[in-house]
Amino acid sequence: MENIYDVIVVGGGHAGCEAAASSARMGVKTALITHKISTIGEMSCNPAIGGLGKGHLVREIDALDGLMGKVIDKAGIQFRMLNASKGPAVRGPRAQADRKLYKKYMLEELQKQENLDIIEASVEGLLFTDDKISGVILADETSILSKTVILTSGTFLNGVMFTGHKTTIGGRVNDVTCTGITPYLKQKGLNVGRLKTGTPARLNGKTINWDILDKQQGDSDLKPFSFLTKEITTPQISCYITHTNEKTHKIIRDNFDKCALFSGLITGVGPRYCPSIEDKLVKFADRTSHQIFLEPEGLDTDVIYPNGISTSLPADVQEAFIHTMKGLENVEILQPAYAIEYDYVDPKELNNKLECKKIPNLFLAGQINGTTGYEEAGAQGLVAGINAALKSQNSEKEFVVDRSEAYIGVMIDDLITKGVDEPYRMFTSRSEYRLFLRSDNADMRLTEKGYEIGCVSGLRYAVFKDKKQQVDNFRQQSNNLFILPAELEQYGINIKKDGIKRSCFNVMSYNDVSHETILKIWPELSEIPYEVYEQIEIEAKYSGYIKRQLADIEIFKKDENLKIREDIDYNLIGGLSREMTTKLSSVRPSTIGEASRIPGVTPAAITALLGYIKK
Amino acid sequence: MTKQTIYALSTVYGKSGVAVIRVSGTSSLKVIEQMTDININEIKPRYTYFTNIYDNNKNILDKSLVIYFKAPHSFTGEDIVEFHIHGSKAVISSVLDSFSKIDELRLAEAGEFSKRAFYNNKMDLTEAEGLADLIDAETSEQQKYALRQMEGNLRGLYDGWREELLKILAHLEAYIDFPDEELPSDIIDNIQNTVFKIKESISKHLSDGNIGERLRDGFRVVILGEPNAGKSSLLNAIAKREAVIVSDVAGTTRDAIDIHLDINGYPVVFTDTAGLRNTDEKIEQKGIEIAYKKAQDADVVICLFDGLKNIPQEFENIVKNQKIYVANKVDKLSDEQKIDILNKGCLLISAKHNQGVDALLQNISSKIKEKFTSSSGVLITRQRYREALYNTINYLSEFGFNKEIELSAEDIRLACREIGKITGRIEVDEILDKIFGSFCIGK
Repeated sequence: MENIYDVIVVGGGHAGCEAAASSARMGVKTALITHKISTIGEMSCNPAIGGLGKGHLVREIDALDGLMGKVIDKAGIQFRMLNASKGPAVRGPRAQADRKLYKKYMLEELQKQENLDIIEASVEGLLFTDDKISGVILADETSILSKTVILTSGTFLNGVMFTGHKTTIGGRVNDVTCTGITPYLKQKGLNVGRLKTGTPARLNGKTINWDILDKQQGDSDLKPFSFLTKEITTPQISCYITHTNEKTHKIIRDNFDKCALFSGLITGVGPRYCPSIEDKLVKFADRTSHQIFLEPEGLDTDVIYPNGISTSLPADVQEAFIHTMKGLENVEILQPAYAIEYDYVDPKELNNKLECKKIPNLFLAGQINGTTGYEEAGAQGLVAGINAALKSQNSEKEFVVDRSEAYIGVMIDDLITKGVDEPYRMFTSRSEYRLFLRSDNADMRLTEKGYEIGCVSGLRYAVFKDKKQQVDNFRQQSNNLFILPAELEQYGINIKKDGIKRSCFNVMSYNDVSHETILKIWPELSEIPYEVYEQIEIEAKYSGYIKRQLADIEIFKKDENLKIREDIDYNLIGGLSREMTTKLSSVRPSTIGEASRIPGVTPAAITALLGYIKK
Repeated sequence: MTKQTIYALSTVYGKSGVAVIRVSGTSSLKVIEQMTDININEIKPRYTYFTNIYDNNKNILDKSLVIYFKAPHSFTGEDIVEFHIHGSKAVISSVLDSFSKIDELRLAEAGEFSKRAFYNNKMDLTEAEGLADLIDAETSEQQKYALRQMEGNLRGLYDGWREELLKILAHLEAYIDFPDEELPSDIIDNIQNTVFKIKESISKHLSDGNIGERLRDGFRVVILGEPNAGKSSLLNAIAKREAVIVSDVAGTTRDAIDIHLDINGYPVVFTDTAGLRNTDEKIEQKGIEIAYKKAQDADVVICLFDGLKNIPQEFENIVKNQKIYVANKVDKLSDEQKIDILNKGCLLISAKHNQGVDALLQNISSKIKEKFTSSSGVLITRQRYREALYNTINYLSEFGFNKEIELSAEDIRLACREIGKITGRIEVDEILDKIFGSFCIGK
């Protein structure tokens, strides 16, 4: 049968795009099926990519030759490095996007990708052969066969939107829902739940009084997301800031009973870090004002995204409270805010390759796994795409990124060991190896690994190899250039004059020594590109801490390398309590490390498990 | 099968009014079914039943009270059945014998009930260790202390510090992860002060002269003196007294002449040493070296000398510890000599005739008590805790705002991790909970 695909990706959102592209980059026959080609790469909520933790994810996607970084570099209209004043590990690149440009460049990337077919159709069912998935059924009842399937359904599975007490069926405003797939998943025994999220109203920028608002400009030195982008050429714009006030709050409070969230209509759990305005008023009752960012959705549109006032209140109440805010007194509301509730699959159903443990060859990525955010979705899509491609070729290999390698690994590990009780978003504080997992070294951490598995192109690999060589050379050089404390004094660096020479690396480690100072001392270093210099500078400034983290990572790797057989019977392990047996049997961790991170699993249980697998 | 149901006699074997046999595990109810009149389909947890107990040939062994604790609401977290039977050796033996004939049951190993409780998260590490100490407790002070520890005394203290550090960490993390949010501006201000205070509290807690470990393993009293001052006689005199001789505690028996006593509720270990004198003999020199070392590590040093001779200079070498000067052979002294020695602040004894030994022990007891009560109420009972706390202090000493904020956060995170090691807790989700609980975050 020649019409069999190796990988079918269902969904054209951020997870779907990365999944389809990475699978096709692996050289296998891939199809992306979406119900609307025109919404491929749609930013359904805020028009921005990146941020703390999220920006790290985009860099990692890029290091593995994914699309998101390249696309936002072309579609970005305001670049900011968050935490620029703080240390390198916690700097997060972020960019406002032109929504239309983002979709356009994303589609272009997919269309030029070899091995990839894009099909416009609605998937309403799944095909199985024995217990394995073997294809999808379209709304018109035709079947498409595939060796593996990746579901990236976002908020579309049984999506219901709420504006006040008014409910609309659909996965996004002006879009349909998908009711066909969930029953198949449930029938195979997957644990399916409901989550909710929301998106604010959209405003007409022409009716905003910009002159009286605070302006927030982007950086002047634009740092691209992609390691391959040389320069940002898209025109740049500014955002603006307004605030809610006591009048706003009073209107909202007076109408609490009309809000879908508090009236009990919505049962799904929403994210705490992306709370609706009514949530904020309940939780932080003493605050009299909240900050609202007014973000343009593009260069040639007047649509404004008011970041900070997502709500499920009725349209008339929305209009009333929005009009109380400075600059928005006469604003026209183009589309009211809504909350949306959708089906998700308990990610504990997945292994570390994002494949369903109960349904071989079916992979899940994105919001269906209980996450939120484009970046989180894209990163999962990438991993699922690579692994589905490998699986379709019956490869012995697998692509697993662990917690010590990348935020991608942190996220997947969190998801599959802990599950979610609210939509999962990335933060830098989720990583225990934060000083090592930086956005500046994502390529150093991942590109080699990606090249070995086959998802990184020769071009990117060459760029990476070159940079790595330069970094290694400079590391050596920095340890072979010396200066006496007495000589340092003329550069304003005062240390103990003990007559002991300090290496360039030592001097770089001092807190207040800048790149400029180093270049004054050793002018020959001005040849070294900043991104190369920066790597060694960070190593120097973080040196003691990095050493400790690398030692921790080594210990971590030991546990990670202790694999647990897939068919292990936890009932046979001596010294495991019934509760531990139940917990371990339900998650079925693939390594001792994973097992130890399952909440409630005790050190004693790990010891017993270790004793058993080592036998 | 591995997860077997276990049983054990929970009271001391011997003649008593009531003996308690405990069964824990999934087959607990089966024991009731096979050995009593109670219908297990109707049994209510936590109710007391009065019933006959039968052996497997349906012969009545005893009449007993039976209580069923349903999992997870039991000591071990598993199904538990308690049999309160009559405490005669014959009854106990026959009932235990019948239990052993039930297939799914086996006799529990030492500490296995507590171990299961620990596995099932019924207690954390400090509580489990506290319980182990309670079971091992040999003296009243130890018992009191072990009881307090089990009730979470240490846990409360350590969790309290950890909680404060986590709060700080949450503030730092919020500052890092939510740069666009309007956070209260004073959150960083108080942090330095709080860290300093916590560091001080831990230091104070650590500088308790190892009282906690001493309570577990015994206070150390070393007898130091010249050859023939009467050290061994004194040790014998002490050992022959009617004080309870406490069994050896693991790790303290390296020296054959250690003796363990209970003095007014405190566990005390007496150690004899080699006689102090100038010598060229290598082995003897080594012995004297060890004597000094032991004296330095002791809580109390008995500086014993022959009352007929002068006080040896060597005692001056011991500077750090509580010293009691004791003149032996008082029976050979004149009254004038006695007064002279008493005026120097020494005690008078005759080890050989058992004179003055009571007063000496009283003196030792009050010195120990003094040491004990001068420390803060909560004592460190394990070396493991001490190490973790030292590490915590080290990380907190590194902390400051003179470096990048993510490094300051790393210092606090490592400090939290060290304290967490004691009670066995994890943190990331706790930090996030605190962030979202304390600030209005999110657009």
